[in-house]
Amino acid sequence: MNFTLKIWRQKDAKSQGAFETYKVENISADTSFLEMLDILNNDLVHAGKEPVAFDHDCREGICGMCSLHINGHAHGPSQAVTTCQMYMRKFKDGSTITIEPWRSAAFPVIKDLVVNRGAYDEILQAGGFVSVRTNSVPDGNAIPIPKEDADESMDAAACVGCGACAATCKNGSAMLFVAARVSSLAKLPQGRVEGARRAKAMVAKMDELGFGNCTNTGACQAECPKQISIAHIARLNREFLWAKLKD
Amino acid sequence: MSCFLCNSSLGKKLVMSLSGMALVLFLLFHMSMNLVALIDLINGDTQYYNGVCAFLGANWYALVATAGLAILVLIHFVYAFILTLNNYRARGSQRYAVTASEPGVEWASKNMLLLGVIVVLGLGLHLVHFWSKMMLVELMGQHEVLVGDEPVVPTDGLAIIKFTFSQWYNVAIYLVWLVALWLHLNHGVWSMFQSIGWANDKWYPRLKMLAKAASTLIILGFMAVVIAFYVMR
Repeated sequence: MNFTLKIWRQKDAKSQGAFETYKVENISADTSFLEMLDILNNDLVHAGKEPVAFDHDCREGICGMCSLHINGHAHGPSQAVTTCQMYMRKFKDGSTITIEPWRSAAFPVIKDLVVNRGAYDEILQAGGFVSVRTNSVPDGNAIPIPKEDADESMDAAACVGCGACAATCKNGSAMLFVAARVSSLAKLPQGRVEGARRAKAMVAKMDELGFGNCTNTGACQAECPKQISIAHIARLNREFLWAKLKD
Repeated sequence: MSCFLCNSSLGKKLVMSLSGMALVLFLLFHMSMNLVALIDLINGDTQYYNGVCAFLGANWYALVATAGLAILVLIHFVYAFILTLNNYRARGSQRYAVTASEPGVEWASKNMLLLGVIVVLGLGLHLVHFWSKMMLVELMGQHEVLVGDEPVVPTDGLAIIKFTFSQWYNVAIYLVWLVALWLHLNHGVWSMFQSIGWANDKWYPRLKMLAKAASTLIILGFMAVVIAFYVMR
């Protein structure tokens, strides 16, 4: 398969970026999207040019490092997968693919397609943890947890923190990410104890970092590679408002 | 408390949600009141609707309710602009070159401000058509108002409805206005439950059905009066 790639190139955070066009040829349909970029970079290096910088790590959809806004979709046109799990057979042979970095004021571009997602780490540091001494691993049945609660908690915990929610949201809102973190802990007895403090601290940090306000469009849920439901946002709203009313 | 309603993103959304909820309840009341005009139109009578107009004239309770409504609209409108401005900044100065619509995302949900502005513009015209000829006239101590070329008492709401909707362009403007309101409510009604945290995956289909049913009921009630008075002009 052959493709024309329109890729955002930006020297560093302070430089002005622009799109550059590249051709990649003889790409197997079973090549992953990131492998296709590897092939492009190999060609660029051999030609003595600067390779395209992009984030990646595990390449199996669990680390949340890969990002990329491809043809208008976070993580590309495939549903429920990260960029690394998408294959070139998803694209039409001979088509043009536009690749952009996440666009959000809270995620500044560092270089080419790499953005700084440290804002999500700061939100986590504000309250996305359980501050009790857990010691050694307890017996699995020591604290009975209803199956439904455990399932909901695990569904929320599937969030890999990739930033697709804020990158997709027309408001640049990080609510789905924050909600997933708050929800996954709020549904478990160990995390429930600090529920109110956590919700208030994480929302305050999210606001401080300049993320936008959720207007319930559901775009984040549609583009989330882990299909996190906006029902977790409803839970975050509940947690936060109850906490504030009790103050 | 006041701090969180003004400073926190979720607090501001709570204000949007509660003010929106109150405005939806008012619309239901207003629509029900308008249906009384239809009863009069069918009976060839004036007593029922004009009775309501006399009851809701420039009395103290109507004035308090009107002031309350004005404050609600103002809060909803001002907060909408504050939130949208924050959102615009949060999106950043560099926008995507290519955008695509996400599956399952409704157009109205992404254009609530535009729809809201259309609703407010329509509201302005509506106040000129009715409020300025009814409550305002009474407040200014006058006992007659010109409707077309004819002087009528400010509690003769039926005459004002008949005159306003005898003109095709008013009918067209009101119908466009009501369609914008329908779209706004379609998203707004279920969204207010989400914003106060009263929603989950099981309830989304129910809340969205409730939103569609409530917005359609409200808008059909309003449209029925506009169309009926135009047809039977």
